[in-house]
Amino acid sequence: MVPIAYYLILAAILFSIGIGAFLIKRNIITVFMSIELMLNAVNLTFVAFAHMRHAVQGQIFVFFVMVVAAAEAAVGLAIIISVFRSRQTLDIDQINLMKN
Amino acid sequence: MQLALFLIFGILCVAGALNLLFQRHPINSALSLVVVMMSLAVIYWTLGAEFLAAAQVIVYSGAIMVLFTFVIMLLNAGEEVRTRGSKAAYFAGIPGVLGVFTLLTYIFLREKSALGYANLGGGLNNGVSNIAEISRVLFTDLLLPFEVTSVLILVAILGAVVLARKEN
Repeated sequence: MVPIAYYLILAAILFSIGIGAFLIKRNIITVFMSIELMLNAVNLTFVAFAHMRHAVQGQIFVFFVMVVAAAEAAVGLAIIISVFRSRQTLDIDQINLMKN
Repeated sequence: MQLALFLIFGILCVAGALNLLFQRHPINSALSLVVVMMSLAVIYWTLGAEFLAAAQVIVYSGAIMVLFTFVIMLLNAGEEVRTRGSKAAYFAGIPGVLGVFTLLTYIFLREKSALGYANLGGGLNNGVSNIAEISRVLFTDLLLPFEVTSVLILVAILGAVVLARKEN
């Protein structure tokens, strides 16, 4: 018997750490990983609410989020490889083509 | 039992996430993200989502994180240099994160009794197994979105191949 609220608070903690890592980290791969961490936190919220309402639709939503995250990771990492080929760096401070 | 599982794997989860935040080398961050995802799989299982627990291990920590590790090794990513980030990130971002977190925690704790309790193994009613119920809904009510995701994956594969190809 664990309150559902504790699961939601755990998801909130993970999501906040994800945003913090997104803002603080300077390596483009780590920034991308913190996006995955935020997606996982939201998935935990979906599963907790699906358990609360005894409905399976929330779990199916998580399934679709996983599929989209897999597609997003494939395309995002390809973009990272292509950026690294042209700029020879992974530091997001030096990838500033669209600045100015 | 469930409280013990929740505490152990919840603390492991938060510790892994904090380790992702504080490690400097990307490979250490990737491995701590694997720890977070494996503990989340156990937490899904305690919430009665056995299929998602398996899919979390296979898709997230199996496929996606291996892809991340491959890219980190391929690009030979070294330790990141700590520079001063943008001022907006520090003066608006961090307080904003703390504000959102405090607000969420306050609301969840206030509505704690209305949100109810989680019981181990009592996910779905009628004694239907989790996978049977998911597949029934997925292949009857949500057949069109399911097929559209296959098109999405196909487009993502093509996009990844085109983007990562060597230009000549």
